Amino acid sequence: MPDLLIELFSEEIPARMQARAAEDLRKKVTDGLVEAGLTYAHAAAFSTPRRLTLAIEGLLAQSPDTREERKGPRIDAPQKAIEGFLRGAGVSREDLEERDEKKGKVFYAVIAKKGRPAAEIIAGVLEDTIRNFPWPKSMRWGAGSLKWVRPLHSILCILTDEAGSEVVPMEIDGIKAGNTTEGHRFMSRGRFTVTSFEDYAARLKRAYVMLDAKERAEHIWHDATNQAFANGLEVVEDKGLLAEVAGLVEWPVVLMGEIAEDFLDLPPEVLRTSMKEHQKFFSVKNPKTGRIERFITVANRETADNGATVLAGNQKVLFARLSDAKFFWENDLRVARTGMQTWTEQLSNVTFQNQLGSQADRIARIKSLSGELAPSVGADTDLAMQAAEVAKADLSSEMVYEFPELQGLMGRYYAAAAGLPDEVAQACEQHYSPLGPSDDVPEGAVARTVALADKLDTLTGFWAIDEKPTGSKDPYALRRAALGVIRIILTGDLRLNLDHFIDSQLMKHKINLSRDGADGAEMAALEDVLEAIADHGVFGAAFRTVIAKLDGKNDAPDTGKGSLLGDLGNRMPDLSADLLAFFHDRLKVYLRDQGLRHDVIDACIAMPGNDDLTLLVKRAGALSDVLATDDGANLLQGFKRANNILTQAEDKDGVSYEYGADVKFAETEAERDLFAALDTAGASISAAIEAEDFASAMQGMAALRGPIDGFFEAVQVNTDNEVIRRNRLNLLSRIRTICLSVADLTRIEG
Amino acid sequence: MTGACLPPQDAPPRRDRAVDHEKQGPIPMATSTDKPRSFQEIILRLQSYWAARGCAVMQPYDMEVGAGTFHPATTLRSLGSRPWAAAYVQPSRRPTDGRYGENPNRMQHYYQYQVVIKPSPPDLQALYLGSLEAIGIDMDLHDIRFVEDDWESPTLGAWGLGWEVWCDGMEVSQFTYFQQVGGHDCHPVSGELTYGLERLAMYVLGVDHVMDMPYNDPQSPTPLTYGDVFRQTEGEYSRWNFDVANTDVLLRHFEEAEAECQSILEQPAEDPKTGKRIIMAHPAYDQCIKASHIFNLLDARGVISVTERQGYIGRVRTLAKACADAFVQTDAGGFTAKQGA
Repeated sequence: MPDLLIELFSEEIPARMQARAAEDLRKKVTDGLVEAGLTYAHAAAFSTPRRLTLAIEGLLAQSPDTREERKGPRIDAPQKAIEGFLRGAGVSREDLEERDEKKGKVFYAVIAKKGRPAAEIIAGVLEDTIRNFPWPKSMRWGAGSLKWVRPLHSILCILTDEAGSEVVPMEIDGIKAGNTTEGHRFMSRGRFTVTSFEDYAARLKRAYVMLDAKERAEHIWHDATNQAFANGLEVVEDKGLLAEVAGLVEWPVVLMGEIAEDFLDLPPEVLRTSMKEHQKFFSVKNPKTGRIERFITVANRETADNGATVLAGNQKVLFARLSDAKFFWENDLRVARTGMQTWTEQLSNVTFQNQLGSQADRIARIKSLSGELAPSVGADTDLAMQAAEVAKADLSSEMVYEFPELQGLMGRYYAAAAGLPDEVAQACEQHYSPLGPSDDVPEGAVARTVALADKLDTLTGFWAIDEKPTGSKDPYALRRAALGVIRIILTGDLRLNLDHFIDSQLMKHKINLSRDGADGAEMAALEDVLEAIADHGVFGAAFRTVIAKLDGKNDAPDTGKGSLLGDLGNRMPDLSADLLAFFHDRLKVYLRDQGLRHDVIDACIAMPGNDDLTLLVKRAGALSDVLATDDGANLLQGFKRANNILTQAEDKDGVSYEYGADVKFAETEAERDLFAALDTAGASISAAIEAEDFASAMQGMAALRGPIDGFFEAVQVNTDNEVIRRNRLNLLSRIRTICLSVADLTRIEG
Repeated sequence: MTGACLPPQDAPPRRDRAVDHEKQGPIPMATSTDKPRSFQEIILRLQSYWAARGCAVMQPYDMEVGAGTFHPATTLRSLGSRPWAAAYVQPSRRPTDGRYGENPNRMQHYYQYQVVIKPSPPDLQALYLGSLEAIGIDMDLHDIRFVEDDWESPTLGAWGLGWEVWCDGMEVSQFTYFQQVGGHDCHPVSGELTYGLERLAMYVLGVDHVMDMPYNDPQSPTPLTYGDVFRQTEGEYSRWNFDVANTDVLLRHFEEAEAECQSILEQPAEDPKTGKRIIMAHPAYDQCIKASHIFNLLDARGVISVTERQGYIGRVRTLAKACADAFVQTDAGGFTAKQGA
């Protein structure tokens, strides 16, 4: 069985695209081959800056013959139907067979296909792969129309078996497949012929090309750590950078250089970021002091002077870069020491989002929301507001302009330089957190307050302008923001009524958005609603109060259909409910990852007070625990049985059984036991729920399992005696009421 | 596919040309491998290198531009099907980069060396490396790398793919295959090379501050440094750009250039005086360049807010696109009488 070797040789492929492209090449070619009937034993793909390579072992020498039968119309079918069948099957009338079937004689077409030689199939599959390659961005060059990531220069495509190797004949836009390639751009000259994958890899290595990116990365890391170790230092690990650098070289040569004394006092993050982003250098630190003292650069070649010129050049470039960084740092510190007002003022010229105003507008909103949230988060209100005011000031700094990824971190340094309290500096750095499901939640209460306010303001803002995430599109990372809110609340065990904050913040956005189109009376009414939300908790009641107050006044604004206030009254409750539902969705995803079943969460979301996420999760946790016990699982069955009987009876009788179960109509001991158990449980469960002690409430509920089971064993609910039947149904209703006060068990599956 | 996309008929297929080239060795021999001694010698060597490789050596465009790409020899000539090859020095002005002549490598006025060849030849990378050797970069001692850098000019409605070229970690050139200019797909594709001359020369000459760089031969009777030539003007322009330029006048000039560009392009193709078909793509494009530079000046004066910025860039782009639309209707833009019929 032959082996196949393909190499697509081009000008430099962007490092970030190489690994994915090698994998795409493997997948597209092997899928195409298998689809055409060519199976194989093993396939491996490789990439360097200038080539994508695919080696397939144990390929079939040709695809197997195939025979396909197709059933056609009856032989007496209209001519048109028969012709259509012939066209579809690609055969002629003479090739059809007539066969007897139950309904009469029917045409059959037998389509036999001879297997095709591997080379022919490969040529087709490879051309198709090249023409439809999923590059993130591709280009044309010269006068041709072929697209590739950068100009494609040559194609190597050979089949090798015991008898030797041969070129797979193919040509694409003037590039003919051959059996030659070239080595390193500078360290080797001319093209050479290869006969197999082993031969190819070996000759490439002699021509100073390490084919395997993994080998290059290992080589780099090994040499880098060795050189650092020899100097009593260690390389700061950075897997992303290692992968990128391995994609920039075919022949890695590791060189370690010095950082000039002048720059060693820059914050280590600045050194690291500047060296990484601009120069793709690794940082080398002194393990004793934690200071970054040297750098590692990876050249793509050996040179006559063992890298001396290359290293000197790199060192010089780094000097210029770090001079810039130091210049930014010192300028920024000067501004910071004056209190950062210059920066916060500049943010009024920076647009956050067209409709949502400038960064300064946004900061003002976050500041006032931080003030409102602080007591619930356990933060000092003044500190929280002060922190919110400066948390984004560093966006105006020169350092963050140069290195946006240092936002927040520089804020911390600059707030400290401004002499602001530690909590404020901490909030500058941490208020962006958490950035993902595994990222840390801010530590201090002040940082948590600002982080919450920032995210809530963003979410309500984009909801207010109808820019919600759809499908895979979430350009403003709103899902991440919602998850951040959830994690901060849960980590801090915070008790807050999300509904209230959603409503008031949505209202603030609506007021800002209406400012241009609304008249004075309307604006006054909107402000009144906002104030009333503080008293009433949520929008609905607040809105009605204000509308009632306006009613009958002479200069009252229009509140009818189509008016600003009328629309607001109609739209706000939906908007707010929609955002809360968005939080619940994110919460479900988050808790599911923690192993909590979605139906358990649904059962708790259906309960009142579901905007208090801490409470909601406590309830869900307790429910999940109790359902895992034998009593809990059985109770659930008992509840469902009671609920089913009850629902059917209610449907049949057209009444609802809610009150009036009386122990005096009880006929059996089991019934009387259940009465007694429900009396006890009812009282203890409502006390436990009152105290938010869900574990006890659940246990109280689970304790009903015995009496309920006993009841169903001993008693037939639907007896002929109508009085006793109704009494028993009312008794079942007490089970339902008590259980539903704990969680909506009807939503639990199974 | 239109005829314009096919290679010229007398040229052999691309693959064959590449093979021919390899027989000569991948790197063309440089004219001189000894070190140049001055800024101007580096320019002269680039001029003769690219002249020897068939480029028309052109002169700088006589208007203020932000980069060599704005020269009509690049923007306009990269449009249409006609082959093109040009090389030139272009003085470039970036008012916001002014540092009063004090920064070691940042100036509001500097030089770019620009090479543009259409269709991009298959050995353009090798030709480029040859030019580095020609200015005295020893290929055996340095580490040259092609690092991904996609180019996009929102003001020109243009983009391309390519690299920044690193020499020992320093960016010495930009290398771009134009895909679109002025909203038009480039067929065939032009290859564009841009050398930042001061930075490259400082590297080759081993100078740390641009103003210390020898402009002419240090052995000549009147040795001049870059600073002797430009330090004073950097100071003068920095002051004018940042603090003095009359923004009301500039704003008015922007509007006027925009209006003039539009009105030029509104003229009928046929000149009523000569009866000839004369589409005035270049005069219109001059106004577009002017608007673009005025925008840069206004930006340096800090009178353009972030939101307005996008608006101005969009207005210049609209002009650039209209000029491109006009140019492809001209002879140099590949228009033929048959197309018009």
